[in-house]
Amino acid sequence: MKINKLLAGLLTSVTLVAGAAQAAELSIVSGDTGTGLAFLQSELDIFTEQTGHTVTIVPMPSSTSDQFGQYRLWLAAGNADIDVYTTDVIWAPQLADQFLDLSEAAADVIDEHYPSIIESQTVEGKLVAIPGYTDAPALFYRKDLLEKHGKEVPKTWSELHATAQEIMDAERAEGATDLWGFVFQGNAYEGLTCNALEWVNSYGGGQIIEADGTISINNPQAVAALEEAASWIGTISPEGNLAYMEEESRGVWQLGNAVFMRNWPYAYALSNSDDSAVKGKFDVAPLPAGEGEGAKPSGTLGGWNYAVSKYSPEPDAATELALFLGSAESQKRRAIQQNNLPSIQALYQDAEVLEAAPFMAAWEEIFQSAVPRPSAPAQANYNEASSLFWSAVHNTLSGNGSAAENLELLEVDLEDLLN
Amino acid sequence: MTTEALKMPAVAQRQGRSELMQQRVRAARWFLLPMMIALAVVAGWPLARSIYFSFTDVKLNNLYGAEWVGFANYLQIRTLESGRTIYRGVLADPDWWNAVWNTVRFAFWSVLWETILGMIVALVLNAEFRGRGIVRAAILIPWAIPTIVSARMWSWMLNDQFGILNDLGMRLGLLAAPVAWTASPDTAMTAVLVVDIWKTTPFMALLILAGLQMIPKDIYEAANIDGVHPIKQFFRITLPLVRPALMVAIIFRVLDALRIFDLIYVLTPNSAATKTMSVLAQENLFQFDNFAEGSTQSTLLFLLIALFTIIYIWLGKVNFDGGAR
Repeated sequence: MKINKLLAGLLTSVTLVAGAAQAAELSIVSGDTGTGLAFLQSELDIFTEQTGHTVTIVPMPSSTSDQFGQYRLWLAAGNADIDVYTTDVIWAPQLADQFLDLSEAAADVIDEHYPSIIESQTVEGKLVAIPGYTDAPALFYRKDLLEKHGKEVPKTWSELHATAQEIMDAERAEGATDLWGFVFQGNAYEGLTCNALEWVNSYGGGQIIEADGTISINNPQAVAALEEAASWIGTISPEGNLAYMEEESRGVWQLGNAVFMRNWPYAYALSNSDDSAVKGKFDVAPLPAGEGEGAKPSGTLGGWNYAVSKYSPEPDAATELALFLGSAESQKRRAIQQNNLPSIQALYQDAEVLEAAPFMAAWEEIFQSAVPRPSAPAQANYNEASSLFWSAVHNTLSGNGSAAENLELLEVDLEDLLN
Repeated sequence: MTTEALKMPAVAQRQGRSELMQQRVRAARWFLLPMMIALAVVAGWPLARSIYFSFTDVKLNNLYGAEWVGFANYLQIRTLESGRTIYRGVLADPDWWNAVWNTVRFAFWSVLWETILGMIVALVLNAEFRGRGIVRAAILIPWAIPTIVSARMWSWMLNDQFGILNDLGMRLGLLAAPVAWTASPDTAMTAVLVVDIWKTTPFMALLILAGLQMIPKDIYEAANIDGVHPIKQFFRITLPLVRPALMVAIIFRVLDALRIFDLIYVLTPNSAATKTMSVLAQENLFQFDNFAEGSTQSTLLFLLIALFTIIYIWLGKVNFDGGAR
């Protein structure tokens, strides 16, 4: 691969002697879902037109855990084939050593982004990655069904349970036997950590590991949150939901087989596409709140960023690419075509963006109060901590131990891991 | 040459033969050398390095700064200040033993069913009928599909909402409600087993078929003349004669099943009900920051497989030349 690149580089410089000689061939990895890859390709075409550098996309599986394992391996081996990595918001502390510091290159544009997002990508003063877009989940709801049954958009999880159950039962009696009340991401993977963190946090149960390193997960509010979630399985959510990731839940939803769905905003544009059974029949709202002391609506902060490998043979061109993909014009196109939330503040007032995705006006507030996953306090142990958490939640949801038992064990396991 | 050898005294004759042997052995060594070097590079060196890593505190981000820690990754016994003794390390880790149990369970059931079904398929294919060639080729298709592809295919077929298996089951009235095959801890192992059996039965059938075709036809003719019942023929003639081939086929499959990774990684990656030793080791090596622990698990997996192979060869008296010893 490296030799191929070298040869190709030599050939280009020989044939095009002057001018194009500094054009680089770059590779970017992306595990994007839905139409994301096609969008990325169209962005790269624009980049090639502007700079002359050509970029190849290396597609990856959509599971963020799978991607992370592969990237870690490549980076540990000093792989020079990949120049730009698409990185999850939680990876910065774990992979910081392997990426170039972008703070100088991005000095001019850094202030355009939300400070909290830049902060999430800054490790010990080093800007590890440029934000490409941010993410905060939404409650997708079928406004046609809610209207038909005279229901309001639920404000709490138990309201959601009741509403979903009622609509589901009524619709099933009318013949829609495949209809379910609520689908979310319940497979044992990082997505379940996101979902469950929202439940726990919305009940005022903290954020698993607090910013100062305290393990807070074993508390009555967190137990209440997980008990509520466990009561959905088999009633308003199919048992198979325990194996759903984003795309599976979107599959059920987009066939018109769910009243509510918890998903990221990317599903908004896809659900409105022409082949969608729910086109024009749905809307989005903030996720419901919990109950009890400290209850509030909560959403997990997501988002994807562009990082430059320190083993890239073309660091300048690769940095240029990362900056391009994080730039205001690229993020604007992304917001309009993909409905991904920009990390640039000004775009939330942009008329064209708001026309394409009216829900974004309300989103600014939501993701600013979004709860970060505990990747900063857990540092290199984040993945293992997250896996312990999602396993405890998955066990609870599948009826393997009660919420209280599983969280008590989780606390011990986390203490062993982090201390 | 022959006449000369005949005239030679017995001692000299033996000497001459051994000289020839020695020459042949020397030549053989040279022919073996490239393969030995290739094996040492692609198998020996990584294995040695993995074993070495299991005795260090290595991290994936710092492969060369590892320090020797002895057996601490395997088992460490610490006495706390309170006087309580605690055990740490892979051998004291319930997750590890859960993975060992899953792997053994998986290997046992998958190989058992593959052997039984493979035998039946092989017996059918061994009979003379029209279109046998086409059926033989067709039966190999599951084996020819890459595991990742077939696992993906099955994961959609097993899906609770759009999966064809649930659809069929509901239409035929076998299922009251769609079953979440891969999601539910009760059915996850069964789902994985079904896919593995579907995939590897052809391999088993092919190896057994090769063994069946070595059995001379006249034995059956003699048995038929004596009026031996076909079932008795199977247990008294076919099974003993096909046994050497069967033993080799079983050991191939068991070794394969003990290191099962791809199928489970695609179908049920994080389910504790199906997590095997390889999946757990991969998780520790690359997902978590536990490269040394992952290396320890890989080493233990290697030792377990080696131990099993030795016991099996010793107990089963397997001869890899194809004949019974």
